[in-house]
Amino acid sequence: MKQTDPIYKEMILYLYKNPLNKKQLADFDCSHKEYNPSCGDEIEIMIKFDESGKIIDIGHQGEGCAVSQAAVSLLTEEVKGKSKEEVMSLTEEEMINMLEIPISHTRSKCALLGLKTILFCFDRPSNKTN
Amino acid sequence: MLLNLKECKICFPIFQKHPNLVYLDSASSTQTPQTVLDAVNDYYINYRANIHRGLYDLSGTATQKYEEARKTVGKFISASSKEIVFTSGTTHGLNLLASGVQNTLQPGDNIVLTEMEHHANLIPWQKIAKKKGMELRFIPMNREQRTGNSYELGVSDIENLIDEKTKIVSFTLVSNTLGTINPAEEIIARAKKIGAITIVDAAQAMAHMPIDVKILDCDFMVFSGHKMYGPTGIGVLYGKKERLEALEPFFYGGDMVRSVSYEDATWADVPEKFEGGTPNIAGAIGLGAAVEFIQSTGFDKIQNHETQLTNKLINQLNSIPDARIIGLNSEEKRIGVVSFLLKDIHPHDVAEILNRDQVCVRTGHHCTMPLMKKLGLPGTVRASVGIYNTEDDIDKLFASLARVMAVFK
Repeated sequence: MKQTDPIYKEMILYLYKNPLNKKQLADFDCSHKEYNPSCGDEIEIMIKFDESGKIIDIGHQGEGCAVSQAAVSLLTEEVKGKSKEEVMSLTEEEMINMLEIPISHTRSKCALLGLKTILFCFDRPSNKTN
Repeated sequence: MLLNLKECKICFPIFQKHPNLVYLDSASSTQTPQTVLDAVNDYYINYRANIHRGLYDLSGTATQKYEEARKTVGKFISASSKEIVFTSGTTHGLNLLASGVQNTLQPGDNIVLTEMEHHANLIPWQKIAKKKGMELRFIPMNREQRTGNSYELGVSDIENLIDEKTKIVSFTLVSNTLGTINPAEEIIARAKKIGAITIVDAAQAMAHMPIDVKILDCDFMVFSGHKMYGPTGIGVLYGKKERLEALEPFFYGGDMVRSVSYEDATWADVPEKFEGGTPNIAGAIGLGAAVEFIQSTGFDKIQNHETQLTNKLINQLNSIPDARIIGLNSEEKRIGVVSFLLKDIHPHDVAEILNRDQVCVRTGHHCTMPLMKKLGLPGTVRASVGIYNTEDDIDKLFASLARVMAVFK
């Protein structure tokens, strides 16, 4: 392995072992589960909005590789306090930049699975409480 | 002919282009030997023309070579050439069969598959079952007390699952995920007792073990060229002649008709009835060359070589405390398709690091999502061997796996 290759740098491995916001929400406004059929990853996102429409809590569940788990950790932190519209304006490039590592074509689906799930989630209001 | 399979790599130009390549993904697609490339090129360079049509010599040569390939493939599995339909691959063959038999099926009938099926031998039957109001049944894996799953089909369940309402029994001869060789004789014998149509998905078996459809006595068998050293986009549907004759065509168009009026049409004889449109001529000729490549090497040598590699793979995995084989733990009743997990490291992360060492393995659910769910796994890492692999390849795999464990320590 090329020693200079940074894909498995400390931050990614740290977030893989200690994911952020990996929790089940007791009360949420929308949820969605999305799959990456090429590698078997699955991510479920639950979102709670405040009265002004900003995200006040977000949780994710599921299984994934180091890249997808690190990405969803960073993304769920990033979207807190943001409105639906603000999140929807996030680009794929911005998502990949959050990881601060080069993402190959084959891994871009891993890096983007969390973002894809959140965007689908907005269309799936559930008004459920667990 | 090769006297020594250790030198087999030289027959495959890709290993000259990539001398450090460790290709352990033959279950997904095999590499192509020079003889197959030459046969395909020969068609395009020396006698390129459509088949069954032109009166000119080039078309005659093309037709002759295409039909020779059909004979070669037929002989390879002990079938007559009339029983060999060229398809685009196993998926095409299974969709053709599911579509072709549907008019004989009634609500309340059932279709029996196994828990190990590739999506290609599952989804076409789901569609037909829904459309016809039929039940899908699955021959389960044996439960084993220690690990939960035995990774083998429960032969004792076959008797009950296949009953007088069973019309189709379609199963994989070798699991593409687990490597298990399934008990084809028992399944087919039971299906024949009640007169169900038997279909064998042999995609994963063809390059690794001799197959004789007369001994298997199945009604249909399907396989792909690209998993047996042939080109992509070519495959075979074998069917007993009377079974093929009773089957509805799948594609309608040129070359599959006897006579056509503005109002109606009648079908050509088998196998042409199923080869509407210009087929993959170069692919069929390449597949013929691939079969000759396998025959010239010989299955005794292939099996001996691949069993040695499989043993080495299994033994070395067993020597790593953090590795877990998802499949049978010896070379018995299995081929060299070995799924495994390394600690709790996600298979995708394993493969990413292996790729940096030019070690090619497959990861994910291997187009068997229900099986993965049943086993409670997000996916596996799968190393699979071919004729060109060496012990050195296995050593390089394990050197790279050691680096994976170092990164995820």
